[in-house]
Amino acid sequence: MATLNVLIIVSLLYVVLLFTVAFAADRAALHGRGAWLRSPWVYTLSLSIYCTAWTFYGAVGYAARSGLEYLTIYLGPTLVMIGWWWMLRKMVRIGRSQRITSIADLISSRYGKSNLLAVFVTLLAVIGTTPYIALQLQSVTLSFAAFAEADPDAGVLNSPYTALWVALGLALFTILFGTRNLDANERHHGVVMAIALEAVVKLFALLAVGVFVVWGLAGGIDETFARIDASEIARWDVPGSRWVGLTLLSAAAFLCLPRMFQVLVVENEDESHLRTASWAFPAYLMLMSLFVVPIAAIGLDLMPKGSNPDLFVLTLPLQEGREGLAILSFLGGFSSATSMVIVAAIALSTMLSNHVVMPIWLRMTGNMAVMSGDVRQVALLARRLSIAGVVLLGYVYLQLSSGGAALAAIGLVSFAGVAQLLPAMLGGIFWRGATRSGAMTGLLVGFAIWLYALFLPSFGASVIISQDVMDHGPAGIGWLRPRALFGAEGMDPLVHAVMWSMVLNTFSFILVSVLTFPKPLERLQGAQFVNVFQHSATTGSWTGGLAQSEDLLLMSQRILGPTEAQAFFTNAAAHQGLSGYLPEPSPDFLQQLERELSGSVGGATAHAMISQIVGGATVSVQDLMAVADETAQIMEYSSQLETKSQELARTARQLRVANKKLTQISDQKDTFLSQISHELRTPMTSIRAFSEILRDSDGISEADTSRYSSIIHDEAVRLTRLLDDLLDLSVLENGQVVLNTEKGSLSALLERSISAAGGEKGTLDIRNIQPEKDIVVTTDLDRLAQVFINLITNARKYCDAKEPVLTITSSRNGGDVVIDFIDNGSGIPADMHAVVFEKFSRISHSRVGGAGLGLAICSEIMTRLGGHVGVVPAQEGTAFRVTLPDSATTSGAKTIA
Amino acid sequence: MTKRVLLIEDEPNIIEAVSFILTRDGWDVKTHSNGHDAIDAVHNRTPDLIILDVMLPGRSGFEILQDIRADQTLADMPVLMLTARGQEKDREMAQRYGASRYMTKPFSNAELLANVRELIAP
Repeated sequence: MATLNVLIIVSLLYVVLLFTVAFAADRAALHGRGAWLRSPWVYTLSLSIYCTAWTFYGAVGYAARSGLEYLTIYLGPTLVMIGWWWMLRKMVRIGRSQRITSIADLISSRYGKSNLLAVFVTLLAVIGTTPYIALQLQSVTLSFAAFAEADPDAGVLNSPYTALWVALGLALFTILFGTRNLDANERHHGVVMAIALEAVVKLFALLAVGVFVVWGLAGGIDETFARIDASEIARWDVPGSRWVGLTLLSAAAFLCLPRMFQVLVVENEDESHLRTASWAFPAYLMLMSLFVVPIAAIGLDLMPKGSNPDLFVLTLPLQEGREGLAILSFLGGFSSATSMVIVAAIALSTMLSNHVVMPIWLRMTGNMAVMSGDVRQVALLARRLSIAGVVLLGYVYLQLSSGGAALAAIGLVSFAGVAQLLPAMLGGIFWRGATRSGAMTGLLVGFAIWLYALFLPSFGASVIISQDVMDHGPAGIGWLRPRALFGAEGMDPLVHAVMWSMVLNTFSFILVSVLTFPKPLERLQGAQFVNVFQHSATTGSWTGGLAQSEDLLLMSQRILGPTEAQAFFTNAAAHQGLSGYLPEPSPDFLQQLERELSGSVGGATAHAMISQIVGGATVSVQDLMAVADETAQIMEYSSQLETKSQELARTARQLRVANKKLTQISDQKDTFLSQISHELRTPMTSIRAFSEILRDSDGISEADTSRYSSIIHDEAVRLTRLLDDLLDLSVLENGQVVLNTEKGSLSALLERSISAAGGEKGTLDIRNIQPEKDIVVTTDLDRLAQVFINLITNARKYCDAKEPVLTITSSRNGGDVVIDFIDNGSGIPADMHAVVFEKFSRISHSRVGGAGLGLAICSEIMTRLGGHVGVVPAQEGTAFRVTLPDSATTSGAKTIA
Repeated sequence: MTKRVLLIEDEPNIIEAVSFILTRDGWDVKTHSNGHDAIDAVHNRTPDLIILDVMLPGRSGFEILQDIRADQTLADMPVLMLTARGQEKDREMAQRYGASRYMTKPFSNAELLANVRELIAP
């Protein structure tokens, strides 16, 4: 009999299935397919990570030990879900509008984007979650061992390293599917899909075992009830205080557990999904708990005395020889354990990298990091290392605690730990008066009491806190006994610790909040959180100058990636009615940008990064007044006036820019005559001088005669070329051009242009980077080639690098074809970007090579082809971007009179 | 003794043409082709006459002319200015800054020789 072998094979196949599902879901989401990924059902199922191995195995054990008390663990979340309208909806709305990445981010953002608070919440979350992860690993080990026991020839395979292998596998899965995108607000479709599948498996497994127990072992419903009545479970008497305490505790934990926050708020796709989940998730919980009592009762009845009730779900089928069912049950427990670890690791790694690693890294590398370092890679690496660290920390904890306490006990200790976040969080979203100092004090007090009265004693007597201290208090001070603080004797230890920690936490939070004065930014954030449903727009807080837009773009490219950042900036600019890549750094824009960035690196870090460039947020008196008294409509009106006047100021600035450009153009027009005169007269001078020499002089050698003739010839050609250019430009400008549209390969066209652009001065190194699949364009190929040749020749003439390199990159951006020409020279100064495409504009006279018509012609041609050519700011050197629309065919009709 | 002419001009073909015409007429022609250190060239070569183009890389001919006139030792140096820009404004500027003669490109060879001869009787 090789049950264990079968089990291992089935488990491995199951793991492969999970990888495949996650991979397929990620692919589907990437290609914009799979609307079903965003269904409320997937959301509801993903919430079921609340049901961990603790619930799957532990609930039966819990019922066997304490009767119906296990129901409290399901009652809390049910109450929260049914009352979703009141609280969850607000959390989700805040999470979306502020681009919250984790519970630490939520609390830190609310209290003035304080990173200290975020670090503290992160630490608390890690300490609270580590035992829980250990618990999951332990449950897999135990269930595996249960099989090994039943299998006589398990010897070799029953390795003590099961937990380690599971930990490594989970870390790998989470890194693969959890850190694909940097932006935590871009949902992890693969992960969510995998845990939804696991949710189905664990429910099915538990129901199957339940059905087997009720109809297979007990012999029907009536029989089962009779057996339950006869067992000890029916006689358990649960004290009321414990019922209420546990229900509230599980409700609090449901909201505060980092992994629950991750699926509830961060992974939430649509607020309306809550409506479905509000009844579907309690129904799921009810099904999960349906057979718990029967399994516990029959287990107590049938299993030998002293067998672990935590494993009844597995050992009952095994004992009855139902190996298939036992394997299914194992998969259920395995699913429960793995899904919890995966999501918890993602949630904690986001917190660790955003609030601990990134701020330290930014401080260490100073301001320059934002401009030059590769922030994305650092953030991703930090996140990956954090995942591995968190999972391994769970493993280490398991080894250290050697699995001493019963499963349910560790779960409740964890619950009580993270529940300490509740006052700060609820206070933050419902009470404007809550302050950072209050939140910090409350958290510290609650955390300290939890540590002292519950967490440390949970390791067992005399492990960390000595028996003497437990019995008589530290240094014999009776009212400091961990189990009887302030003389509250005879209480249940858990209820005792939860009561004191929560009461004192809440009390100090409120007291300190009332006594301290919030900083301006806290006030603003407080108003936005508490009134998230009323505030459509937010009060402006950033002020910036135009020069900073380019720096901001530079920074955003490092964090969001060049394509996304450029798209974001272009959209913002278009929204403001500007063309090009650089929008006005209006308060609105800066706020949007901060949100966008906070999706990647968290609110506090994003705020710090922007203030490095813009120089600190200013909160005006008006902002504060508006927050302090929003009932006064007049305030609203005055703030509208304020906005209007800001808009006017911005319009004025745009007009000034336009005016400056007009003046520049007028100056250029003035110099136009000089320019054209110079370009015509210079070759003319040589022609005249040499033709007179040839005419008037005798005795010129044969060689000289031929050289002088060829000079005359060359200069005549130069004149002709200039006239051609002028005529070409004039034709293009008048729109009388006839386009000869044909289909052709872009890469072939570029090759042709590179060789046509000549290599007489072969110093320019041209790198032509093409996508794997060649792009086919339908346009006037000769005209397009003319543009390419001009841009290449330009780089050859003006790139001032020691070893000039021109990189040509073609790509598809949505429907458009984008071709970038980027050299490594010193680039074009920002104030010249607008005029380089004007006729005869040369950036300096020092390097003459053409008449200054090339770019003007390029620009005209691209307009005729329905596309565009422009300068891309904030690149290594000079960067020209040619954009050709997908429907380049239609541009032939564009003939403007 | 042969009179020395310094030609400050950046178009190689024009340099060649002017050098040919003047050399054949018995002048010693030296050339210089950028604006940056034109003044140094003037000091080094100590010419009897300077032919100066207006549009030069580095510095404009007008600036160089101002420097020449500001220098005590060069104050009386004959300067013949060449320009391809043919606008009245340029002629006025050249006169204001103290050019001895002013010619618009293209010019005839005879005209050039006549001007040079008039500026310095050989």
